[in-house]
Amino acid sequence: MAGQSSYTYKNPVIRWFDSRLPMVSLVREQLVDFPTPKNLNYFWTLGGIAAIFLVLQIVTGIVLAMHYTPHVDHAFESVEKIMRDVNYGWLLRYLHQNGASFFFIAVFIHMFRGLYYGSYKAPREVLWMLGVVILLLMMATAFMGYVLPWGQMSFWGATVITNLFSALPFVGPTIVEWLWGGFSVDNPTLNRFFALHYLLPFVILGVVVLHIWALHVPGNNNPTGVEVKSSKDTVPFHPYYTVKDLFAIVVFMAVYFAFVFYMPNALGHPDNYIPADPLVTPAHIVPEWYFLPFYAILRAVPDKLGGVLLMFASIFVLFLLPWLDTSKVKSAKYRPLAKQFFWIFFLVCLGLGYLGAAPAEGGYVIAARILTFWYFAHFLIILPVLGLIEKPRPLPASISESVLKVTQGGGVPAGMPAPAESPEKRG
Amino acid sequence: MTITEDNEPSRRDFLYIATGAVGAVGAAFAVWPLVHQMNPDASVQALASIEVNLDAIVEGQSITVMWRGKPVFIRHRTADEISDAEGVPLTDLPDPETDADRVQKPQWLVMEGICTHLGCVPLGQSGDYNGWFCPCHGSHYDTSGRIRKGPAPLNLPVPEYQFLTDTSIQIG
Repeated sequence: MAGQSSYTYKNPVIRWFDSRLPMVSLVREQLVDFPTPKNLNYFWTLGGIAAIFLVLQIVTGIVLAMHYTPHVDHAFESVEKIMRDVNYGWLLRYLHQNGASFFFIAVFIHMFRGLYYGSYKAPREVLWMLGVVILLLMMATAFMGYVLPWGQMSFWGATVITNLFSALPFVGPTIVEWLWGGFSVDNPTLNRFFALHYLLPFVILGVVVLHIWALHVPGNNNPTGVEVKSSKDTVPFHPYYTVKDLFAIVVFMAVYFAFVFYMPNALGHPDNYIPADPLVTPAHIVPEWYFLPFYAILRAVPDKLGGVLLMFASIFVLFLLPWLDTSKVKSAKYRPLAKQFFWIFFLVCLGLGYLGAAPAEGGYVIAARILTFWYFAHFLIILPVLGLIEKPRPLPASISESVLKVTQGGGVPAGMPAPAESPEKRG
Repeated sequence: MTITEDNEPSRRDFLYIATGAVGAVGAAFAVWPLVHQMNPDASVQALASIEVNLDAIVEGQSITVMWRGKPVFIRHRTADEISDAEGVPLTDLPDPETDADRVQKPQWLVMEGICTHLGCVPLGQSGDYNGWFCPCHGSHYDTSGRIRKGPAPLNLPVPEYQFLTDTSIQIG
């Protein structure tokens, strides 16, 4: 937010530079002195972790591109060459491959955090919508990246997903041929997917800048959902949150490296180590795990166009979320019913993920239909109605007050003035 | 500077709009090559038609040939399969089409082996109708390649082909 641009730097070179291009001041105001609510919990570290993974994917991706060949005759072999011949190629590829999964893990937790604490509500609607744009771009990037090794899952995943567009009436087949550059997924398709897979991460980077910009206008939401009222509610971003974020990054990275070094293929599909064959469809096509809930929605509908529309709608409904949730209270902490429905919704998403990997038959299809219905009902029925009928618990008067109450061991009814005595009980 | 709103459109307004319109048309022309370059190129379009010799395919046997990067199934149907396919009432079909419309000679079924749901290659002589079954999302096709059950909306498409002799065809 509006900082003290009148800050004068002691170093004359910095002073000279900053008065011509206030880059040092920008960093100082937005990353060092930035007033941040003092009650943020560890769920607020996932945005920073996701940003780290974006950088990691771009860096490992650029060096992998130096060894990869985007041609149907050479793509599979060039990936194997990276694994066997290129110095540290195995490490770079496993970092990149598992990095995609952990990028999605960070982003999914980040989004559930936003859902729980109402971070999408006014005045942060644009911030939330930019986040959904980033998710869409990530999905497109990850999908095209998975095609590049040109294994069986690459080829057939690309076939199934590009064919989604053939469901559109009239223009569908034309659009699909345009996407393919031919009459089936083939060399032109692989070529353009490589070009776009290289491009889109930089588009994501741009939208991330907008996302952070939109964040820094109202400032962070926080676990109480009560806006910052005075400087007593905040601490400077550095060193308080740089250190907290750093600790979370170390823990998250420890799990990531456990996968990279000890089970690098656990999140992948073995069929993708079989070179692509346009004549043999694998018995069971599954997308990467992060697409499974959406894939389950696609397969839950017996109609082709209906399934495709519903799958896209499952993302686009997120754009409308700020206006579908009618409650004025942000944080589910103070919303007894919304809190329960949040956890049901969380389980529904996990359930859809499980069903997306299960065969599309019998009881699995019925279960997927029930969960798909619930997924949409959560946004289109439950959240609009809850805001009207739910009686929220009283909100703390300020962030400071809620923090003091916690350190007092709770029990003080909300709305009571926070007692200033007994400092010995504070950690 | 004051702006009065209820003025007649001025010469300058017209020039603004005209400039914008010319710019938009120019931009559209400039974008078209960038869009059109992604469509199938000349070498892909030029893929010749193929000739297939049917001599070696005995009754009850199928072969798969590649045409325009897509698999094409050619099946020498048995008498049972033909009578099954011909006996189905059109009202049972999601995409009604008679067996006679789909074949030129009843014993030879020629069709693209691409599931009309999302493009997988169906498996032959399996599924509930002893025709083709797509393992991806569970679409069942009958012995005429018509969709009977599952998410696929259409029958397996029959490509353009003609018999050159009694035992050879040209596809495309």
